[in-house]
Amino acid sequence: MSLLNVKDLSIRYQQTAVVDALSFSIDRGESVGLVGESGSGKSQTALALLGLLPRQASVSGSIRFDGTELVAASEEALDRVRARRIGIVFQDPMQALNPYLRIGRQLREILVRHKLARGAEIDERVIEMLVRVGLSDARRQFHAYPHQLSGGMRQRVMLASALIAEPDLLIGDEPTTALDVTVQAQILELLEEIRDNTALLLITHDLGVVAGHCERMLVLEKGRLVDVGATTSLFASPGHAHTRLLLDAAPRIDRASALPQATGASILGIEAVSVSYKAFGNEQLRAVHDVSLSLRSGETVAVVGESGSGKSSFVRAVLGLVPMLSGRAVYAGAPLEGPVERRVKAQRRDLQLIFQDPVSALNPQMRVQSIVAESLLVHEPGLSSQARLEKVVEALGQVGLGDEYLGRYPHELSGGQAQRVAIARALVLGPKVLICDEAVAALDGSVRKQVLALLRKAQEDTGLAIIFISHDLAVVRAISHRVAVLYMGRLVELSDNAPLFSRPRHPYTRALIDAVPVPNPVVAPKKAPLRGEVPSLLDPPSGCVFHPRCSYVKEICKSMLPATRDLQGARVACHCADEIDLSL
Amino acid sequence: MLRYTLLRVLGAIPTLLLVIVLAFLMVHAAPGGPFDDERVLPADVEANIARAYHLDESLPKQLLRYLGGLVQGDLGPSYRYRDYTVSELIGAAFPLSLKLGAMAMALAIVVGVSAGTVAALQQGTYLDRTVMAFSMTGISIPVFVVAPVLVLFFAVKLQWLPAGWSSSTGASRMVLPVITLALPQIAYIARLTRASMIDVLGRDFVRTARAQGLGTLTVVRLHALKPAMLPVLSYMGPAIAAILTGSVVVEEIFGIPGLGQFFIRAALNRDYTLVLGIVVFYAALIVLLNLIVDVLYGAIDPRVRYR
Repeated sequence: MSLLNVKDLSIRYQQTAVVDALSFSIDRGESVGLVGESGSGKSQTALALLGLLPRQASVSGSIRFDGTELVAASEEALDRVRARRIGIVFQDPMQALNPYLRIGRQLREILVRHKLARGAEIDERVIEMLVRVGLSDARRQFHAYPHQLSGGMRQRVMLASALIAEPDLLIGDEPTTALDVTVQAQILELLEEIRDNTALLLITHDLGVVAGHCERMLVLEKGRLVDVGATTSLFASPGHAHTRLLLDAAPRIDRASALPQATGASILGIEAVSVSYKAFGNEQLRAVHDVSLSLRSGETVAVVGESGSGKSSFVRAVLGLVPMLSGRAVYAGAPLEGPVERRVKAQRRDLQLIFQDPVSALNPQMRVQSIVAESLLVHEPGLSSQARLEKVVEALGQVGLGDEYLGRYPHELSGGQAQRVAIARALVLGPKVLICDEAVAALDGSVRKQVLALLRKAQEDTGLAIIFISHDLAVVRAISHRVAVLYMGRLVELSDNAPLFSRPRHPYTRALIDAVPVPNPVVAPKKAPLRGEVPSLLDPPSGCVFHPRCSYVKEICKSMLPATRDLQGARVACHCADEIDLSL
Repeated sequence: MLRYTLLRVLGAIPTLLLVIVLAFLMVHAAPGGPFDDERVLPADVEANIARAYHLDESLPKQLLRYLGGLVQGDLGPSYRYRDYTVSELIGAAFPLSLKLGAMAMALAIVVGVSAGTVAALQQGTYLDRTVMAFSMTGISIPVFVVAPVLVLFFAVKLQWLPAGWSSSTGASRMVLPVITLALPQIAYIARLTRASMIDVLGRDFVRTARAQGLGTLTVVRLHALKPAMLPVLSYMGPAIAAILTGSVVVEEIFGIPGLGQFFIRAALNRDYTLVLGIVVFYAALIVLLNLIVDVLYGAIDPRVRYR
């Protein structure tokens, strides 16, 4: 008999069904992936399994867990199942752990509640669990608050809380989505290591994660189960058009792109830019160190790196949104100086920025028409309202939105539509350089694909130069001409797309590439390429800042900062770059 | 932390100074003086008294003289209670006011937080609406209406409790004043707690706690209560000020010989030094209690850092 048997599960809010007649089962020890785009009902299903849906939700059908019916079960009955039989890991550990309680306290309460240990044994079990999930110095971390831990460590604690009561089923609700790829690889590896015979229901939008970690997969589309089967066979021959759509939309780190060479004139030159922030007390936090980059018209340069690598600070300094400590940027022959509000209009107009979260980047009180038209009022004040409207309609048309969107408010748009409006707002001025700060990170695969295509088209049509900040190397491989890799605010490698992905020169670049899960179940997932996480910028390591995490480390790396040098077309900052072969 | 406390205390000096100057100007702006009586004194006697108390000097000079005394901790002599200094009068009357205020505050917190939490857990139910309706009433009706109504009902009609301070000696004479003083605070704290508890109960970490099968009681007690108390804690500063001002009215209505009653008498008598003394004392008290609230805030929320 299956461990979990879901039959005809439906979840409705008023008249709308978010999950519709869903049936599936999970056997003991099995790992099952639940995939679908946002709004497909994945997380609602997970919450239903634990009876955690809000009061307004009406649930019908049956969820039988090891013989116990969970739909309409009493809170007391559910409390006996929660944590003890079914554990869950949520997406963002910063939100999902209680910031006001020490982590030891949060974990020990589970043991107390489920009567799994008593007396001094409780704390011992908690510490033992923290050690198992890889917390160094667990005895001390027991007393830490969540905000004192790094993102990866927090998710390890979350995992510890889900497994400490030794459940039979572990649910991971996008457990690695909020983490850096390198940390994601570590957490997924840990998950495999410690779950033993616990069954796994892994909810994710990332087919790479499913390919590497699930034996079977379920595909949801708008609350309905459209496809189910062994992961290998579904990847090889999808049973449903939606599965194929998801597979096609998944960016592939293992496939080269076919971009034409960018041959435009150099338009933006950035030389040795540094940025520093005032940290707590009077310490200076150096976010960016001497980063240089140039950009041609019609070229896309990607800037990649883990969180805290200085990607955003770098472009913000160029735009004048944060002060530049040193260095200079030259746009079309003239220096970009001072804060953005003191720059000449033409420079402000030619350099445009789009952000990660489109919904919060649009003023909720303004209609789409005013949002897009706003900058025209500043930059083209002489325009008649009729001419302005025409420009707005044209810009919206460029991003594939018709006239019917003019009167809408941001909350009436989907995530993808909102991001298109943000792009239209940037494009309406006819900029020469577009800076995309994680502009597609919050979008579903299929929508991301459309938005990327749209950027490509704008580039072909107008010779737009793009700086594309991203943590997702698979996307970067598909759309950029060149790639700049940052680590702790320093440029460690700058190279053309093709050589970077076939023969990276810096060990960090190679690690970033290896960390990306490949959506191909035949390829076994690689071991997590990097241990640990990015050190504090307030206390950077000596010598090469990457040396504590580097597997090629030599004596010299510990004491001397490597200079940036040219190596067959690539710029690399590594002592060993010419001695090691990092080809894929 | 020490540095922070020190800076806050120093930062309170301009506030206190402003309060003193305003209070000084206002008592002096009121017509009449401390020694004006129905029995008219001979002009030379009046002049002598004025000279003895420096009332013949210019206002700025009197203010400076007062501030000079204040720096040395001297609040001056009372103009009407001739044998006592202001400090002695405050020392004698304040303990009773403190007792009244502290009991009202404790009652307000316990009842307000409990009612608010229950309402939040039962959001949208009949119980929730009842609590909220009651608290709306509590906020809307002023103390000087509540007090007589309570007296009429519990003291006159039911005869359960004494109507005034002097009509009894037991603890029972505190009951009505404390309830009167606490009611608006109970109402406000209940609403505040309900709103912030609803917010906290919707946060992800509460969902995590529920997913761990901790049960509603543990979830609220261990996980939700602390963060839900932060807005309530922020309100403690204004609440203390409201209780202090409320006590002036309540003491007068129930005839309680506390500082509030002294304050009213002093104001009516133009007892300049006593009015100023009580104002300074209350202002300093509010500043101090607000500082304690801020420090407690840091104790609840580990992410708060003082600089």
